Amino acid sequence: MKALHTLKYWTILILLSLSLQAIGQEKQTITATDYSNQQIEMADAMRSNGKIYVVVSVILILFIGMSAYLVILDKKVTALEKKVKESAQA
Amino acid sequence: MAKNWWKVLTIALVLYTLWAGLMFQVPRLAILNETIRAMHFHVPMWFGMVILLLISVVYSIRYLAKPSDDLDTRAIEFANTGVLFGILGIITGMAWATFTWGEPWSNDPKQNAAAIGLLVYFAYFILRNALEDPQQKARISAIYNIFAFSVLIPILFILPRLTDSLHPGNGGNPGFNAYDLDSKLRLVFYPAVIAWTLLGVWMSTLRIRTKNLQTFLNDSEK
Repeated sequence: MKALHTLKYWTILILLSLSLQAIGQEKQTITATDYSNQQIEMADAMRSNGKIYVVVSVILILFIGMSAYLVILDKKVTALEKKVKESAQA
Repeated sequence: MAKNWWKVLTIALVLYTLWAGLMFQVPRLAILNETIRAMHFHVPMWFGMVILLLISVVYSIRYLAKPSDDLDTRAIEFANTGVLFGILGIITGMAWATFTWGEPWSNDPKQNAAAIGLLVYFAYFILRNALEDPQQKARISAIYNIFAFSVLIPILFILPRLTDSLHPGNGGNPGFNAYDLDSKLRLVFYPAVIAWTLLGVWMSTLRIRTKNLQTFLNDSEK
């Protein structure tokens, strides 16, 4: 009985995944030509004059600053927890 | 420090995501243009939300099995961060949609479902605040949390697929994303999901720890 159950389970699973495959054909695939398609407008100017690096470094600096803040906050909470633990024992 | 290695990983992965997401080559696709990069920032919000809410519901189930204040705190705080991710996901999605779909809100089934899902979770927070007795509050909200999560998953991941949606991977298409197949995008996208989710976990743990400190202070005052 248990074997039949397992068989049923796997058959459903396989059939389901087959149907996924069938519908999956409709997916829009990305080809190598999409990477070189010059018809589509992209931020090429920012790349060629290097200005994009300015933007990326601004964003990185922001996040570094914020994570430093987060680390300090984390340490403060740890210190408080230690204090609380000590006063609980006392 | 040994216990905090994943926080270092979080920061490293987010930094990688920001850099790679903006700098790596992306396919040049009509309508999307450079906005395809938003995929590394907008979509992980939803992945992160679902993972954080899943963690929350696991704590709720564990609370019902064996009640404790700690489990209740964990459940509510993970839900808080999860909903924050969801709100950020909606806002970033609206910004992205304005330039690709032509308007911020096109009543796309997935947009509507996300909004309804968030409302279901807002009701969770309101319900918690409406109840006075801490034990009753924890128990009823744990049950509601299970309900909220079981509503969220079908309306976000099943219903939009039964109709036509502007979101890729919907409208009868079971794939998560039309662009999912591209290995170059995946190289940024998967680390991005891990990065933002871990950041959410970190934020949640900080909230849990401050809440525990608060509880301790309240108890010692009595």
